[in-house]
Amino acid sequence: MRRFNLIISMILVLAMSLTSFAQTAGRVTKTASVATSAAAQATPRETLIQNATILTASHGTIRNGSILIRDGKIAAVGENLKATGANARIIDATGKFVTPGIIDCHSHTAGEGNINEGTLSVTAMVRMQDIIDPNHPNIYRELAGGLTTANVLHGSANAIGGQNAVVKLKLGKPVDDWFVKDAPPGIKFALGENPKRSNFGGLPGVPRRYPVTRMGVEETIRDAFTRAKDYQREWREYEAKKGKDKNAIAPRRDLALDALVEILEGKRMIHSHCYRNDEILMLLNLGDEIGFHVQTLQHVLEGYKVADEIAAHKTYGSTFADSWSYKLEAYDAIPYNAALMTARGVNMSVNSDSDERARRLYLEAAKGMKYGGMSEEAALRMVTLNPAIQLGIDKRTGSIDVGKDADLVIFSQHPFSVYTMPETTIIEGEIYFDRKTDLQQREVLKHEKEELIKAERLRRQSGPRPPRQDEKPDAAQPSPTELDPETDPMN
Amino acid sequence: MKRNGILFVGFLTICALAFGDRLWPRAVAQTGGDTYAIRNARIVTVSGPVIEKGTVVIVNGKIAAVGADVQVPANARVIDATNLSVYPGMIDAGSEIGLTEIGSVSGSVDTAEIGDNNANIHVDVAIHPDSSHIAVTRVNGITTALTAPGGGLIAGQSALINLDGWVPRDMILKTPVAMHINWPGGLGLGSEFAFSGQRGASTELRKEQDKQVDNLKKIIRDARAYADAKEARAKDASLPKQDIDLKMEALIPVVRGAMPVVINANIERDIKGAIAFADEMKIKAIIAGGVEAYRVADLLKAKNIPVIIGPVLRMPNREDDAYDAAFANAGLLAKAGVKIAFQTTDSATSRDLPYNAGMAAAFGLPKEEALKAVTIYPAEIFGVADRIGSIEPGKVANLIVTDGDPLEIITQVKHLFINGRQVPLTSRHTELYEKYKARP
Repeated sequence: MRRFNLIISMILVLAMSLTSFAQTAGRVTKTASVATSAAAQATPRETLIQNATILTASHGTIRNGSILIRDGKIAAVGENLKATGANARIIDATGKFVTPGIIDCHSHTAGEGNINEGTLSVTAMVRMQDIIDPNHPNIYRELAGGLTTANVLHGSANAIGGQNAVVKLKLGKPVDDWFVKDAPPGIKFALGENPKRSNFGGLPGVPRRYPVTRMGVEETIRDAFTRAKDYQREWREYEAKKGKDKNAIAPRRDLALDALVEILEGKRMIHSHCYRNDEILMLLNLGDEIGFHVQTLQHVLEGYKVADEIAAHKTYGSTFADSWSYKLEAYDAIPYNAALMTARGVNMSVNSDSDERARRLYLEAAKGMKYGGMSEEAALRMVTLNPAIQLGIDKRTGSIDVGKDADLVIFSQHPFSVYTMPETTIIEGEIYFDRKTDLQQREVLKHEKEELIKAERLRRQSGPRPPRQDEKPDAAQPSPTELDPETDPMN
Repeated sequence: MKRNGILFVGFLTICALAFGDRLWPRAVAQTGGDTYAIRNARIVTVSGPVIEKGTVVIVNGKIAAVGADVQVPANARVIDATNLSVYPGMIDAGSEIGLTEIGSVSGSVDTAEIGDNNANIHVDVAIHPDSSHIAVTRVNGITTALTAPGGGLIAGQSALINLDGWVPRDMILKTPVAMHINWPGGLGLGSEFAFSGQRGASTELRKEQDKQVDNLKKIIRDARAYADAKEARAKDASLPKQDIDLKMEALIPVVRGAMPVVINANIERDIKGAIAFADEMKIKAIIAGGVEAYRVADLLKAKNIPVIIGPVLRMPNREDDAYDAAFANAGLLAKAGVKIAFQTTDSATSRDLPYNAGMAAAFGLPKEEALKAVTIYPAEIFGVADRIGSIEPGKVANLIVTDGDPLEIITQVKHLFINGRQVPLTSRHTELYEKYKARP
């Protein structure tokens, strides 16, 4: 009898676990189903991309070339490669073009809520890493445009903004996996019209925030670093005497000044939004005086006027391909900026500053060839190897070289042709976007949406639902007419 | 001897008059009046088959002859276009060129008047011929643009302009072209730059939109009544006098079907509403924007309503739209037989018009259709196909000579003709480039 009971119990437990598994499998969200379908076939150890035109960005073009990926890294690049393992995934890329994964050096993507802590002019303590939303719908759209890595920056409302986050768009993975672990930390500065808020009407009754002039912007930065130096000195004095003096009291921690001290110690890189040539020189000179290096000048639309000075400071530039005239400080912007600065010795990247543009950076890079006659590889570098160098991650990504992360994009045609289409986007050997899969998924998702709407309509006809666990008991129930297809706002 | 001297001087004078052009090329360009022959070119006429190697002759601002075996006039300035192609100048079917200089400087912006009904507003008086945007745009092959007002419900009347001229009158090809209406609300429309997360309209916003549509209908009905009264009075002088209402006057051609209405509508519901409105009001409609027009393609085709699509380079509208919805839109419309053209809606990005068309071609629109949608189709939509949009004798000489497909980014425009004048390929941008390239 006891054994019989035991067997019945086991059968019941088995049945219940199978049922709950079926329920879990049925309940899928859009992003998860797309991501899991692409990566659901557990990523094989080896992938061989065969027979493509490979634009390495570092050492020219390989026709009829192949790339062998093993354990997320580029294991080999060349002609006539063979996979070593039996279970290697083979991607036939005949007639197609492969480039390194695209890197956007100026992004505000996947930021939850406001990306500008605009209440103070110095907010070095706030961090973009705290607000990365790994489920934002634009992530997938950027992957579909070949984007693999983004420098997510604080906005330009403050002379000294917040700390950046360099992320790989690993849609479907936990957000902590997104951060490029060995990426040197950075911080956003901003000069010109935005931090002085000249184009934004103030709120009624709210006093204007200092600074409202370019000289005020300079003094804001100078003042912050002056305080940072005092703070640095106080901490050094404390560290020196605390062993000997047991009454030594530590100075008060200041999270904003901590970040500025990191800059002084060369441990945090400055990415400064700027437009006009005079403010560019202001920052470079201020850096010389105070002792900080400017890693990148962002937008830097008048950089072509002072390219030699920028080059002399070994500062990099990250600019728009051809945006201009939206603000007064953008009126002298020219599409030749990237080419002219490159010719004068500045390492240049082309960025998006927009989720929409981030999907077509490969075409923005092509404009370097059109405006100023850059070579094909030099233009391609502006969205691959150069931003990698600028972000300090070029040892691991940015070009198709053995040993680097397998961050790759397969295009249907040359990436600079307007008729091309990114077909597959790979990050560290895993496929995060594949057009074929995307097309197959559309029918599946359409059907799923119809089923969900049908089910919800039926449910509403039968009366209001009980509140969910996380809802108050008297949470307002949607009225029966609100999801009616006749009044459905999306119809 | 003296008589020989006079004869000799006379002869020299005649020579100078006849051949002075060649000896001393004029530094100041003129509008039209010269004769050109573009030879040995691959000519993409758009209206017929490609001529692999031929000549285009320009005389007095017009295309005089096109073909493989065309006689070159003796006084023609010859441009050898070996290995180059000739295309019609491209047309931006919706822009703000000439009406705005720097977006953040309101003194330079004349795109949107205040008030709901600005039917009497017409842009042709506010076009700034010295706007730097004009040269910046035309050096990339856009020779013509529809420039339109943008404010309120009834925004006003647009003009079709060539991007070259001393004064607005020189530039204007046709004015007015259409009455522009912004379909009320735009509810449920995400930003073109980023998904806004807006989940659609609440009932209150929907009610507000309906009120505005009713307001629009009332204005059109009033306009028709005004037109009827005016006509009746013309026939019967005994009828009471009527004060002139400029806004009503401006709408007379609209209600009489002589002027089309461009309705800016992007989401499916709004496009459907706009179509129903045009039906009910018996006015001729063109949809502009149309990011979700593919969802109503069959209805648009059935009603013969053209769609001016753009910008193509934008995000899809709905969170669950396919990632390429905005790119694939044009191809789906063309497949359903809807007449399309492309617009940038802007001034600063008007030079990117060809790349909007190109992206649509990457995602399903046949390349030839993409080219037509920036040449002959907008000409047809705006009723000027007898004058521009293709390379045919008798048409205005708006031409570009390129080293490749003008929809491709790396293509360069080598020669530019607007109104038969060879326009220098310089702009504010090329001048700044040259200046700072030469910084020691």
